[in-house]
Amino acid sequence: MREPVITFYDVSKSYPLYRHIRGIKNFVFNMPKHLKTMQNEQYEALRNITFEVYEGEKFGVIGNNGAGKSTTLGLIAGVLKPNRGRVIVRRRVSPLLALGAGFHPELSGRDNIMLNGVLMGLTRREIRQKEEEIIEFSELGEFINHPLRMYSTGMVARLGFSVVAHLDPEILLIDEVLGVGDIRFQKKCLDKMTTFKDSGVTMVLVTHSVASVMNLCDRVMWIDNHEIRMIGDPTEVVTYYSKAAGVPLDLSAVNKAKL
Amino acid sequence: MNGRIAKNWNRVRTLGYHRDWENYRDLLIVLVQKELKVRYGNKALGYVWSIANPLASALVYFIAFQILMRVNIPGYPVILLSGIFPWQWFGNVVGASPNVFVGNSSIIKKVNFPRNIVLLCTALNHMIHFVVSVPVLMIFLIAFNHVPTLTWLWGLPLMMAIHFLMVYGIGLALASINLFFRDLERLTGIILNFTFFLTPILYPLEQIPPHIRKFIWLNPAAPLIVSWRELFLYGSLQPMYLLYSLLYAIAFFAIGQFIYRKLSWKFAELI
Repeated sequence: MREPVITFYDVSKSYPLYRHIRGIKNFVFNMPKHLKTMQNEQYEALRNITFEVYEGEKFGVIGNNGAGKSTTLGLIAGVLKPNRGRVIVRRRVSPLLALGAGFHPELSGRDNIMLNGVLMGLTRREIRQKEEEIIEFSELGEFINHPLRMYSTGMVARLGFSVVAHLDPEILLIDEVLGVGDIRFQKKCLDKMTTFKDSGVTMVLVTHSVASVMNLCDRVMWIDNHEIRMIGDPTEVVTYYSKAAGVPLDLSAVNKAKL
Repeated sequence: MNGRIAKNWNRVRTLGYHRDWENYRDLLIVLVQKELKVRYGNKALGYVWSIANPLASALVYFIAFQILMRVNIPGYPVILLSGIFPWQWFGNVVGASPNVFVGNSSIIKKVNFPRNIVLLCTALNHMIHFVVSVPVLMIFLIAFNHVPTLTWLWGLPLMMAIHFLMVYGIGLALASINLFFRDLERLTGIILNFTFFLTPILYPLEQIPPHIRKFIWLNPAAPLIVSWRELFLYGSLQPMYLLYSLLYAIAFFAIGQFIYRKLSWKFAELI
């Protein structure tokens, strides 16, 4: 039996609405009311979520906007705390950041590799060992020594993926950031992810792209209205999901298009 | 359900988590390097810039008060400089701090790293600027017959430690609270402006009428700047002002840490 690396046990997460965030002035003048609303007005993002992700698994998360997918990722990454239940993560988590996050536009690509790497929890020594490999994979060539602001959108995405992919991820979190870069680089990312499969890297992929779920994932969780609607085989879950969304799903077309 | 007894310790467990001291150290180094590189692409020019700013403001005040208003204070240029150089460090960190976490929202939202490191790096960064500006200050001091003494050897590190502790504490508190109350940034600017003029920076302590001077310790920045000036001009440190600044530093550090600890796990919810 494979070991679960991510365990959610009856997890609920709600956010206070933080109405007073508009400022001190507002808060001070309406102090009693605010203190009361802060406790009562909570926005529930996840309700009684229980699931496990096993070592080396490619786990997809789908659902409508605002269903709680990103909250799930935040809980795995350890930046959010659940209000109830338990989250247990047994490996180092590497989030693949949204475009340009964790990068600085004025720094060169090379410096940004270092910056991103230490933010992910690696040491400079470890990053230096991987640097050449990362640069080669990103195919940025001369651009690696230019400041990031000169890069095209696709180039930034390429660098981002290259860094995360080469820094020995144990659990890789991907939130809707694939599908940038030209089709050839997308293919390269896919190939790289396939090698993750063999090396036991666990991947959690949050996406709206039905195609990438079906092509990449072993198992899919469908979150609907802050609760788990379904967990299971990608084709099956996606079929129900599409039906619920009222979008006809053409399975043969999905299989042809790779991402 | 007994959801209310939600104790923090058992809700999140990350077992394979491997940030060690080496990563913390490297994180700090890389972040400080980043700030320096971003601000000054070219190193030689960068040095000029970090000094030009305090020098320029000193020049402005010198023109306004000595030349135009004809204030009669002997050695006014060095009095100005010995106050403005440390104030730059203080004011820059405190002024920038409300934006430190808000400005890094994209990472804070996704990556679990010790967030206070960002502030640590801001405070360190401005400390570096201060340190490199000390030689310039020395040139002025020597020109005005205030030769550096041996007291500097222990006075400078001691004062820097106190100063660092204070700005880091204040900054950490402001950065954390500003996530909840975003208008704190404006308030900080106003209070900082008040503090600047109520602190003996543009004028020596002796210039303040005695019945007000009694209360100068109420201003946290005043004992600090007074001590710096004493050290720079006369190579001495008055135990009373040193003690006041040390107490303020420890108090602010404790408050900052406390607020940060209380609020840090909510950061990702807010941004």
